[in-house]
Amino acid sequence: MTSPLYVRTTMIPPKNPPSSQVGIVHWIRDNLFSSGTNIFLTLAAIYAVYVLVATIGPWLSRSVWNASSLTECRAIIAATYGEGKSGACFAVINERWQQILFGFYPRDLYWRPTLTLVLMLVALGPILFSWVPRAMLWFSVCFPALAFWLLWGGTIWFPVMILVGFAVGYLAYRVVSAINGLAGIIAAIIVPVIWWLYLCGPLSDAVQSVVPIELRALRSADFGGFLLSAVIGISGIAFSLPLGILLALGRQSDMLVVKSFCVAFIEGLRGVPLITLLFTASLLLNYFLPPGTEFDIIMRVIIMVTLFSAAYMAEVIRGGLAALPRGQYEAADALGLDYWQAQRLIIMPQALKVSIPGIVGNFIGLFKDTTLVSFISLQDPLQLVSSIRANTEWNGIYWELFIFVGFLFFIFCFSMSRYSMYLENKLKTDHR
Amino acid sequence: MAEAATAVNRSKMTVSDEVAIQITDMNKWYGTFHVLRDINITVNKGERIVVCGPSGSGKSTLIRCINRLEEHQQGQIIVDGTELTSDLKNIDKVRSEVGMVFQHFNLFPHLTILENLTLAPIWVRKVPKKEAEETAMYFLQKVKIPEQAHKYPGQLSGGQQQRVAIARSLCMKPRIMLFDEPTSALDPEMIKEVLDTMISLAEDGMTMICVTHEMGFAQAVANRVIFMDQGQIVEQNEPREFFNNPQSDRTKLFLSQILGH
Repeated sequence: MTSPLYVRTTMIPPKNPPSSQVGIVHWIRDNLFSSGTNIFLTLAAIYAVYVLVATIGPWLSRSVWNASSLTECRAIIAATYGEGKSGACFAVINERWQQILFGFYPRDLYWRPTLTLVLMLVALGPILFSWVPRAMLWFSVCFPALAFWLLWGGTIWFPVMILVGFAVGYLAYRVVSAINGLAGIIAAIIVPVIWWLYLCGPLSDAVQSVVPIELRALRSADFGGFLLSAVIGISGIAFSLPLGILLALGRQSDMLVVKSFCVAFIEGLRGVPLITLLFTASLLLNYFLPPGTEFDIIMRVIIMVTLFSAAYMAEVIRGGLAALPRGQYEAADALGLDYWQAQRLIIMPQALKVSIPGIVGNFIGLFKDTTLVSFISLQDPLQLVSSIRANTEWNGIYWELFIFVGFLFFIFCFSMSRYSMYLENKLKTDHR
Repeated sequence: MAEAATAVNRSKMTVSDEVAIQITDMNKWYGTFHVLRDINITVNKGERIVVCGPSGSGKSTLIRCINRLEEHQQGQIIVDGTELTSDLKNIDKVRSEVGMVFQHFNLFPHLTILENLTLAPIWVRKVPKKEAEETAMYFLQKVKIPEQAHKYPGQLSGGQQQRVAIARSLCMKPRIMLFDEPTSALDPEMIKEVLDTMISLAEDGMTMICVTHEMGFAQAVANRVIFMDQGQIVEQNEPREFFNNPQSDRTKLFLSQILGH
């Protein structure tokens, strides 16, 4: 009989794994040829890629970048590569890219949207990246007014007065809330609305007559192409996120009126196709406004797109809120944080983090949906493609133009998607 | 158990005459279910009270009423001179004076340990950031994990997280601490480190109410044990008597079940 006693005297140090578990060969065997099905799928995929490249590759390689019409393009291809060969005629983009980007915006004013784009990237800096100085946020806050002025022109004092409206609202809140909290909130909403409706116009005219600063004013009909998509899409994105957060919180509220309003708003807007809302914006809205008011069509579309997207956003964020354990709310309460502090410091940072993929998915959808404005005869990029193709010189061309438009959208959507992945990684603190 | 009891330094564990918490004829319902029935408790400053009882007996609900994480429907709860009503100002005042430690820690996973500790002092007490961080480091020293200050909660063990949660409450300089089963979610090896932290807190004279099944802790530091069943207080006594000479049959059954092995 041996005793069952066993005592380990030295601990075993970790050793390197056997060579079959590491390296490129292991990876290939593991990921591409691990089973019969996998081998078949790998070979099929390689074949599919080959067919795709073999079809498109030659067409792309025989591309022509300088020609003034499709006929000339074809002649050049025939002369260079021989009769009957097909090739890409990117000359149309070389000649018409400005139109796809800017629509019918006056040629001598192209610097204005270009400058707006550059300034927008600057304004996005502090919002997207935490290493940009926080003081820059002030520029981000003022940017929408600046962009409005640069794009539409007119007097600078009008957008300035719009911004002043927010300051007036804040002031009203400070003064009135000292007397009564609820009255303060009501004043903070009503006073700026009165300001914008009745005082903004006369005041900006008055200041303009004293200190005239203005750019050539443009009409919304001058807007088109990718510029139009970007204006609608980016405004929609910027406004729908905060609105969506408020709607999501409202839907969870204990106050019956707030809750019912939010539910009705969300369900109502989600139940209607975007096209319907756009038609409402272009046709019906004017009936409800006082006669003679000229309410800009792009503004109307932006409002509709924002409301539509905010309804979806609210539900995505509600999903994020539902994913949070109750304990987080309780811990925030137990520490004495009030409702808005708890939301801002504890709940929203976590709920939004969980919802990032959904939110960005919504953003991308919204951005691509801006092409629907062609139905209410705004000049979106696709509409412009049609009008370019209606020209005698370029009649019969389509692949090249659509590839170009698709490429523009892809750059925008892909960078949003990459940014969301960067953000998810950066905010990953749970170490699961 | 006896060893733990002798190790406790009782020099500052004095009970004053001042009332910290006064609960009078308190009743609470969940819908039609009567969870708390005619609760009457007076807690003086410096008292260490352990609340025990079978699950579903309402003991967690009771202490959650004390900082109004749960709302009571009848009776009166006065905490440190402030009555808990639907008045939000009173609720926030009581909450900032009463610290709470939860079974599942409830640390904020998106903030570092230091940020977890400084958040409430900075936003609720309006303490300058630097001062809040100094206080936070002091309490992290006290719970013996200052080196973890810049990690995230997810990187810590359960016992460490619970000690951070205790430190987080202490940073608000509370006058009363509530513990809601603080060791129930922990591995056996980690229970002791959390209990040691709680014992040292008791040694400093903190008013504490602990819902716990750690009877060793109750014998070591509590000056009163409250036994609850079916939403009511069944028995209340000082710990030695409570464990050695239980009066009601329900208490005897409960004690035989948890101490029986």
